[in-house]
Amino acid sequence: MGYNLEKASMNDIFKTWSEEYAIYAPKCLVGKGAFSDTDSVRYSEIQDIEEIEFDKKSDFSFKEILTPISQTLFYFTEEEIKEAEVPKKGAIIFLRSCDLHAVKRLDEIYLKNGFEDYYYKRIREKVKFILMGCAYSYENCFCVSMGTNQIDSYDAAIEPYKKGYRIDNKLPAWEEVFSEHCEKELEVTPSYVTENIVKVNVPEGITLDIVKSEMWNEYDSRCINCGRCNFVCPTCTCFTMQDVFYTDNGKVGERRRVAASCMVDGYTDVAGGGAYRKKNGQRMRFKVLHKVYDYKKRFGYHMCVGCGRCDDVCPEYISFSNCINKLEGAMAEVKKNA
Amino acid sequence: MDLNTKQLRKNAFRVTKERGITASRIRVPGGHMEAKYLSMVQNIAETYGNGTVHITGRQGFEIPGIRYEDMPQVNVMLQPIIEGLDINQEKCGEGYSAAGTRNVTACVGNRVCPYGCYDTTGFAQRIEKAIFPHDLHFKIALTGCPNDCAKVRMHDFGIMGMTEPQYDKDRCVNCGACVKKCTKKSVGVLSTVNYKVERYADKCIGCGECVLACPTGAWTRSEQKLYRLTIMGRTGKKNPRLGEDFIKWVDEDSIIKIILNTYDYVAHYIDPEAPLGKEHIGYIVDRTGFEEFKKWALKDVQLPKMAEVYTPVYWKGIKY
Repeated sequence: MGYNLEKASMNDIFKTWSEEYAIYAPKCLVGKGAFSDTDSVRYSEIQDIEEIEFDKKSDFSFKEILTPISQTLFYFTEEEIKEAEVPKKGAIIFLRSCDLHAVKRLDEIYLKNGFEDYYYKRIREKVKFILMGCAYSYENCFCVSMGTNQIDSYDAAIEPYKKGYRIDNKLPAWEEVFSEHCEKELEVTPSYVTENIVKVNVPEGITLDIVKSEMWNEYDSRCINCGRCNFVCPTCTCFTMQDVFYTDNGKVGERRRVAASCMVDGYTDVAGGGAYRKKNGQRMRFKVLHKVYDYKKRFGYHMCVGCGRCDDVCPEYISFSNCINKLEGAMAEVKKNA
Repeated sequence: MDLNTKQLRKNAFRVTKERGITASRIRVPGGHMEAKYLSMVQNIAETYGNGTVHITGRQGFEIPGIRYEDMPQVNVMLQPIIEGLDINQEKCGEGYSAAGTRNVTACVGNRVCPYGCYDTTGFAQRIEKAIFPHDLHFKIALTGCPNDCAKVRMHDFGIMGMTEPQYDKDRCVNCGACVKKCTKKSVGVLSTVNYKVERYADKCIGCGECVLACPTGAWTRSEQKLYRLTIMGRTGKKNPRLGEDFIKWVDEDSIIKIILNTYDYVAHYIDPEAPLGKEHIGYIVDRTGFEEFKKWALKDVQLPKMAEVYTPVYWKGIKY
């Protein structure tokens, strides 16, 4: 059912929700950009609907709530371990269509790829998603090419409308609170974009020969292997483990799970001092092909959702979407040289 | 020709090597202005000068080849520049009201540069409004970060932008980017302890390299803009030297107050016999001793809690 709601009513609903949920949404953090006097749009816990940044793409994605950047899994003493507390409340996450498509990728990796990840699941099963409609496409978005511009598997959808909001609710448990607070009931269809300026073409028939292409070499020097593209990506799921022994008592400590990046040094390090992908171009190749080639081989659809955050954030102006668009030429090149 | 050279110098004209010919100096606080003033400078140079313009060492313009007789007309043509750049003036249409206190210079700052910790031009303009016009010989420069591209340590007052890095350990993935940058490019105050980063705050110079390097936004800038204030650097014949640190983690209001206090100090202690009434402040401090300077400079100044005042301050420099 669809609803028109005033801001104040939305905040009343927030109050009701907050008993059971923490509410997360993209928020403009003033002065928190890397450069001075710049802002950063990040996922933060909010109390008031007006804290939500509806007009910009968030710099980092919602995934930090489902897979915290640095998460303590358990504490250990000499004989015992104690699991770290699970957040007491569930979470309501405001996110866009591309990101909700990314949730499917996270679920695929953490819940369906062989076994269920306990630490993911215990957060995930208490999350509700509210879709933020996209009235227009942002810079570097290529969701239409990736088929992620539209989605209906949300719990509710929201869009600013005049001085309030329009909601499309699909969660039976929320019908009562919405109809109680709404101005009126009506049909609401979330906005979505039908065209982006950036378009990508993932060619059919990529083979592993593509690793021999010359196209990767330019990234050896262009890329600085900072890993920003991975950390902002809503679909990157790699992590590493840190066993920490507290400095004032080396017998107790904690195990942490921390986000990892296939672009950053250390990712492919193995015992004996080896590292499989030393050159940045090779790391780029691994990342790009994982997003639009080998993930699909296993799961049947592309990993990349076309949010374009990797392009937004790259300090070296390397465009992931443009790299995808080079794949067709690269295949032709390796076929010719075969 | 009957000229009062003292007056024309005060009016920002110069007595040049060529008899009968002067040059006009235009101040551009913070070294940044709307491009439209360039054509006005050009117009003066082509109408009354010799058609050339010198970009000065203090980020202003000097228009050479002007006849002394034309100074009033030049002042009329300078008026839109003076007004447009918001320069304090005693009499409209009569050019600059003083020349002793020099143009406040600045690097391009955070309007352009990623390293800049603040708007250098904006702060330079604020200082200009607070101190100009004044006949005392003060040189002030601002730079956005400890790279010191503006060479502020060669000035009486050098203002260096800083940020107090804020660390959110829950966003840190131990990628090592900040530690590497701090070690290679800055003062090496970051170290990895138990997969997280520790900062040796006493030695940190607040350059912001860690913030710029961090791919996850674990490092961010402090809300308050803070500065390092260096004092009594100078060029010149007698004893050129680099300015030394006076206060670390000082705020804007305190800096302005300290500069204004120093005008009182100089007015009180300047050598009455100083040639052209001009004496670098540092020589006065050498004479009175640092403690006396400090007493005057910090009068009624409310420093932020984290400010560190260096005392006593000793200078080195070249002695012939």
